[in-house]
Amino acid sequence: MSQPDANVYYVPHKSRWPIIATIGMFMFMLGAANWLNGHDTAGQVILAAGALTIIGMMVGWFGNVIRESMKGTFNSQVDTSFRMGMTWFIFSEVFFFAAFFGALFYIRTFTVPWLGGMGDKGALTNGFIWQGFSATWPTNGPDAVGGSFISTSPWGIPLINTLLLLSSSVTVTIAHHALRAGKRKPLIGFLGLTILLGATFLGLQAHEYWESYVHLNMTLHSGIYGATFYILTGFHGLHVTLGTIMLIVMWLRCARGHFNREHHFAFEAVAWYWHFVDVIWLCLFLFVYIL
Amino acid sequence: MSSTAQAVHHEEHHQSFFERWFMSTNHKDIGTLYLSFSFLMLFVGGSFAMLIRAELFEPGLQLMQPYFFNELTGMHGLVMIFGVIMPSFVGLANWMIPMQIGAPDMALPRLNNLSFWILPFAFVLLLSTFFMPGGAPAAGWTMYPPLVLQGGESIAFMIFAIHLMGISSILGSINIIATILNLRAPGLDLLKMPMFCWSWLITSFLVIAVMPVLAGAVTMMLFDRFFGTNFFNAAGGGDPVMYQHVFWFFGHPEVYIMILPAFGVISEIVPTFSRKPLFGYKAMVYAIACIAFLSFIVWSHHMFTVGLPLGAEVFFMYSTMLIAVPTGVKIFNWVTTMWRGSLSFEVPMLWAIAFIVLFTIGGFSGVMMALVPADFQYNQTYFIVAHFHYVLVGGALFSIIGAVYYWLPKWSGRMYSNFWAKLHFWSSVISVNVLFFPQHFLGLAGMPRRIPDYNVAFADWNMVSSIGGFWFGATQLIFVGVVIHCVFFSKQKAAARVWEHAYGLEWTLPSPAPHHSFTVPPVIDDSQLAHGDVSH
Amino acid sequence: MAAAANPVPWQMNLGKGATTVSREIWDLHMAALWVCVALGVIVFGAMFIAIFRFRRSKGAVAATWSHNTLLEVCWTIVPILILVGLALPATLLTRKLYNTSGAQMTVKVTGYQWLWRYDYISYEGKPVTGVKPIFSRLAWNSNAARQLDSGINPDSIVSRDGYHDYLLNVTHPLVIPAGVKVRFLITGGDVIHGWWVPDFAAKRDAIPGIMNDAWAKVDKPGIYRGQCYVLCGQDHSAMPVVVKVVPRDQFNAWLSAQEQPATLDRAARTAQVGPRKPAPAKG
Repeated sequence: MSQPDANVYYVPHKSRWPIIATIGMFMFMLGAANWLNGHDTAGQVILAAGALTIIGMMVGWFGNVIRESMKGTFNSQVDTSFRMGMTWFIFSEVFFFAAFFGALFYIRTFTVPWLGGMGDKGALTNGFIWQGFSATWPTNGPDAVGGSFISTSPWGIPLINTLLLLSSSVTVTIAHHALRAGKRKPLIGFLGLTILLGATFLGLQAHEYWESYVHLNMTLHSGIYGATFYILTGFHGLHVTLGTIMLIVMWLRCARGHFNREHHFAFEAVAWYWHFVDVIWLCLFLFVYIL
Repeated sequence: MSSTAQAVHHEEHHQSFFERWFMSTNHKDIGTLYLSFSFLMLFVGGSFAMLIRAELFEPGLQLMQPYFFNELTGMHGLVMIFGVIMPSFVGLANWMIPMQIGAPDMALPRLNNLSFWILPFAFVLLLSTFFMPGGAPAAGWTMYPPLVLQGGESIAFMIFAIHLMGISSILGSINIIATILNLRAPGLDLLKMPMFCWSWLITSFLVIAVMPVLAGAVTMMLFDRFFGTNFFNAAGGGDPVMYQHVFWFFGHPEVYIMILPAFGVISEIVPTFSRKPLFGYKAMVYAIACIAFLSFIVWSHHMFTVGLPLGAEVFFMYSTMLIAVPTGVKIFNWVTTMWRGSLSFEVPMLWAIAFIVLFTIGGFSGVMMALVPADFQYNQTYFIVAHFHYVLVGGALFSIIGAVYYWLPKWSGRMYSNFWAKLHFWSSVISVNVLFFPQHFLGLAGMPRRIPDYNVAFADWNMVSSIGGFWFGATQLIFVGVVIHCVFFSKQKAAARVWEHAYGLEWTLPSPAPHHSFTVPPVIDDSQLAHGDVSH
Repeated sequence: MAAAANPVPWQMNLGKGATTVSREIWDLHMAALWVCVALGVIVFGAMFIAIFRFRRSKGAVAATWSHNTLLEVCWTIVPILILVGLALPATLLTRKLYNTSGAQMTVKVTGYQWLWRYDYISYEGKPVTGVKPIFSRLAWNSNAARQLDSGINPDSIVSRDGYHDYLLNVTHPLVIPAGVKVRFLITGGDVIHGWWVPDFAAKRDAIPGIMNDAWAKVDKPGIYRGQCYVLCGQDHSAMPVVVKVVPRDQFNAWLSAQEQPATLDRAARTAQVGPRKPAPAKG
């Protein structure tokens, strides 16, 4: 059973992980909803149980697939299915961010100018409801919700973060080339460097949030600017965190010699994901910080 | 190395109930789960509809408080869309796509199981809100803020349920894309695929593009409600209308997610019973692709009265009207497929013909409301309710029922009772018109949607509509009987090629189809393709 | 003061309404409807001919063709032409709907859960200052009848002119003059409502924090009724829109009778969504 036959279809064995995954997700959501509604203890306990179930499921399910893969169970068709799965998953992630970018663009192109009195509609809206408000960006709206705040300059930490993520995309590509060339040392080294860059990015991002909250009074409550800023950078940060964890797993697997020059789809999938969070960041840097 | 497939095959004979249904990697079992679940949900959502129609039977409030009525209308929509139409099409895709393309199963069978099992849990979250303080969400299925934010504990549950449904349908669609693009038997080119596969391939792209956008919209709602953001509050620089834009950017493609697979089903059934190849196969494929593309640039036609700038009104009017062109092509092609055919009217064909008529009527009212000035009189009235029920019940639901009657013998290996199936059809097709046609009149007379009580001038047509509603609802019980009888009790065995002129790979398999459809790739014979000659 | 075009039992079609625009919309609606009927006759006609002529039970033998380029081009081009034919008048009419210029009167409409508030802003080029806002709530007899198990027959709610106005009558209607172009500024005070008088073809969402506008020039005096059309909570069905159009001289007399010392007003001219604060600091 060492060399799978490309002419015969492969169907995986039954698995208990999907149903465990759904139970985990259900508990996670149930706990979160209860917590949000003020049932703190019950909510937190259920949420934690759900999170642990999900983590255990991830370890179990991926471990299972890794073992099958190491045994050489998968033929090239299965490999292609995995690739398509990851590709279109990233595609759908792009649209998740598109929703928030769309919100940002709509607010900046239409809502804020209208509130500030631009055009016929703006003249009415501003003249009858929001007199005295002029359209600026950043803004926390006519009612100055959350009080006056200062937004972060793009040329400090955000610029450094941009450079960090850009170079991490380069290092992960170098690691990939090393893997394809069968060079172990640069693979381990550059992949490790990528993880380091990602972790540094997260540290700086956390610092920036802390600064914004404590010193600049720029919070989730800071009107539409705070809302769009934190939802976009926050979900991006969440994705970087996930990506970093995935990179760490890949590093461990590289160190154990799981991959060879031809067979390393998992590595490539993580690299794609990492490039995806990188591209999202570039859009963020441009549209959230600079413009 | 046929041992893998055989080993799997072997395994199937020793499985417990739990293993078979909860740990499945089998596209047929998972398809059955999807279809059973949506069947159950049809009656849950249907019972809400019965309560709604009962309250609307006469003016004045007789049965419930208005707030509960609002809970019912919103939940009826959510259940029917996310719990009935979408999952049943995914169920059909699960059953049929691997069989139609010569594959053993879906490309990612475990993921497939995950996609399904998320759904029951999501609906437990959603339906449990009826029993919470403040009741279920009562702002309609569109969940517009700020109204939706006034709800009680249900909001968080509703939002998380929608997240789960989104994850389910995204994973399901990724699976369908990978299956169609990767698992086709050698020689089955994309442009030789059955129309049902084509319709689902394009639908899947719509799903993975717009479900995340819905997730984004409800996530902003979650933040506004619980974390003090101001996305939808003008005082903070946000805008309630922004939600509507994001929502309908999801919502309009969603409408086509619910109708494109129906086009696929009808394009399978009509040629079979016309004994003639599908007219204009490629045009049909391009028309679906064209509709899918246009669906991304028409969303604001749901919002003609929110005060869009004039230029936007005109742009969205034009783009919306354009959709009529590829849709018209499809309808003309179906009719031309029947022209000079050799028609017979078995049960699936009856449903397909009813689909064409009812969907076209829904399409006509769609063109009328694409006209901005006219929409000012139709917007948010019962005219809209009539329109989307014609396309969703007369369209999507009828095609699903037709598909079940078309493929059920293949699934179960048994024939259903023709008499009862025809009774089901005639009773449904008459009652559905009694139910929804008068709603056009109510809307034109000025009755807004989502109201539990109305002026006496609206009383007569509402009563007619309610009678049609109860009749249609009761008729669906026949469907339950026909399906249960066919699956468990029918003595009449079905042949491999159930319908004499049915072409396509699924009919080369025995009935009932074996547990894993194809263990080795089948040889493709172009003359056996459902749509005939594809060389043009 | 006949209720010219309010809904009537067994009504099946759109009313022509009471304004030029509403009549033009009616024409467009009918044009679109007849186009649809004609297309329906062709499509369904062809299909039913096929159903009756090409039956296997009558010995029909299926043809094998599956293409006809000319036909396919035709039924792509012809619908486009038909749509252009509908789109042109629709576009012109949309422009007309959006053209609020030249209004001689401005009324601000604010939707609340669950009533309408009307403020007269200006009339004949002059601001209206002394008139108290009109709070337009569901009429009390309808309100009593609409309660669950009230025991009151909705059919027994009849206005003075004999119209059965259950859920379509208010405590204080908006009063506007006949023959005057009135601009309605429409906004919401809490959630989104919808202000609509079908006979005027004036319809806009009432969105909190955003101002929309619509207009109507009604020539014929009368009582015109509509409803909130955007789901706004439990009593969505109980916030009708009633507009009383009166002859101009009568309106002028009514308005001056309403005028109060100017000091009362001020706040009435804005619908504040939240407490006002100074403009925000720039970041």
